[in-house]
Amino acid sequence: MKALLAMTAAALLAAGLAGCGEKEQVVVYKQGKYQGKPDDRPWDNDPVAYGDAKWTKGDRASWETEIKARNDRQNENKRIGN
Amino acid sequence: MARMKFLCDAERCIECNGCVTACKQEHEVPWGVNRRRVVTINDGIVGAEKSISVACMHCSDAPCMAVCPVDCFYRTDDGVVLHDKDLCIGCGYCFYACPFGAPQFPQAGAFGLRGKMDKCTFCAGGPEPDRSEAEFQKYGRNRLAEGKLPACAEMCSTKALLGGDGDVIADIYRDRVLRRGKGSEVWGWGTAYGPGRPGAQPPQAGGNKS
Repeated sequence: MKALLAMTAAALLAAGLAGCGEKEQVVVYKQGKYQGKPDDRPWDNDPVAYGDAKWTKGDRASWETEIKARNDRQNENKRIGN
Repeated sequence: MARMKFLCDAERCIECNGCVTACKQEHEVPWGVNRRRVVTINDGIVGAEKSISVACMHCSDAPCMAVCPVDCFYRTDDGVVLHDKDLCIGCGYCFYACPFGAPQFPQAGAFGLRGKMDKCTFCAGGPEPDRSEAEFQKYGRNRLAEGKLPACAEMCSTKALLGGDGDVIADIYRDRVLRRGKGSEVWGWGTAYGPGRPGAQPPQAGGNKS
């Protein structure tokens, strides 16, 4: 009886501790989904006709180049100069 | 590419709420929901008043994502934390978990009915097809898919709020503080931005911390 109680207590403790666990947050993009949630990636779109950013559809590197160039516009020391 | 991040410079923020307005206007956010807001401390005390603009910080280890019982959150390849409103049940756990108070809940119904969670998307939309009407209705405009950066940061008149590639905005901020001549003496500066001298780079992983 004591052994059964101890085992039950251990099982309950283990189940309770499992609630304190934290799964690692990973990014996996498969078949248009992030962990089951459908989403498109920004670089998988064509550039907008009215925008000044031009990247090659599907090419992440070219989209990142455009974004970084746009990001630099937030630096007035570069944008306006000294 | 680094992760997408926001950074607000308290030395520059003038509490104009331009970022809040830009966000509201860009995404047509309803009354009662504030994806971004400006927080001021020491209000009215000359020399001690500081303001910063706060929204979802798109955490690298997001507590909202950890506590969500229906697992509606996900992180994109560029580090933006988004959620699927079709899965959200409006339980509010994410609101309690978030240290920034980012998750917002529309309360348009009777008896304090809580709707599906709404938060800053880093102007990256959500699970609906990019730049579609459905995406705009649920999550707002998808500026990243248009090759743009968040409206709040791009609208900021003093450029206190920086938003974009974490490496780029860290470089902008480092350069700014070193030009300013004060700020790089604070604890933790060396860990985040490297030695406090012009042209300095952040330390490599495993290096000395200050």
